[in-house]
Amino acid sequence: MNIEIRDNLLQDIREFMGEDLLEMNLEYTHPLLRIKRDRLHDACRFLKNTLHFIYLNEIIGTDRFTSEDRFEVIYHLISLRNRQRLFLKVRVEEEYPVLPTVTDFWKSANWNEREVFDMFGIRFEGHPDLRRIFLPEDFKYYPLRKEFPLLGVPGSLEMPNTTPDHD
Amino acid sequence: MSLDRVMGEGYFTTTVDALTKWGRANSVWPMPMGLACCAIEMMAFAGPKYDAARFGSEVFRFSPRQSDVMIVAGWCTYKMSHAIRRVWDQMPDPKWCIAMGACASTGGMHRCYGVVQGVDNFLPVDYYISGCPPRPESIINAILKIQDKIKEQQSLKLDS
Repeated sequence: MNIEIRDNLLQDIREFMGEDLLEMNLEYTHPLLRIKRDRLHDACRFLKNTLHFIYLNEIIGTDRFTSEDRFEVIYHLISLRNRQRLFLKVRVEEEYPVLPTVTDFWKSANWNEREVFDMFGIRFEGHPDLRRIFLPEDFKYYPLRKEFPLLGVPGSLEMPNTTPDHD
Repeated sequence: MSLDRVMGEGYFTTTVDALTKWGRANSVWPMPMGLACCAIEMMAFAGPKYDAARFGSEVFRFSPRQSDVMIVAGWCTYKMSHAIRRVWDQMPDPKWCIAMGACASTGGMHRCYGVVQGVDNFLPVDYYISGCPPRPESIINAILKIQDKIKEQQSLKLDS
């Protein structure tokens, strides 16, 4: 990783985001930025089109279990041209867990966002096909939220019929 | 008049029940339900080193209609449980079931909402194998125990 390239990229981001760049953490191997929720769509367009972060590696959801800004969504971006990784964080409050989708920039965000929706119940506005990806569609809970019991809610997932018709 | 005089030499008499049990016990064909890493040990069990052919169980049948014992090897999710039960229902009677490894027996380390905590929640398990994953010898032991069970139970039912 080239420190000079990294610092140039970060300088560009700082200039573009201005006050909306809430947090910048350089303690780890890759830079970790936290931005305002309203600027997410904007920032993603800038990162992809201007700074060539063309590869969205993953989208991570976290439940911080705090009273405000409970959920956090982390976008893991890679710039193949600059050989640079970047973690972009956004916080969402519990009452209105909605984020703009990034599927219009990275097609791979489709399933990632569906998984975050499945596990945390964070909705992505503008997503082409926001359905549950792992759990049954009539499942009522979001299993990676902290208040969800470890072994699940009894009876919420269907077990097979153990008395077949022909017996 | 002894039977030797009627049938000649080289014959012996037995019951149909004993003959059926002998045949069933020595040709327990497994249905491999490999779900996770236990399936690798199950393949070793079928391979030449452990030589399941000594016990008549070398023929892994991938069709449930041709198999006698289902080896559930690995952790089973709620989604998969429906498929397993469906395969189990297609196996012809008499049939037996082995829960292989800690995960199939109790859920093991997968103590979470998506994994069935033991396949005995929806299958009649005859033998549980401990271990994570168990050695192929344990599966041979399980097959021998299943054979003992076949030899003990009544093979034929009279019409009542």
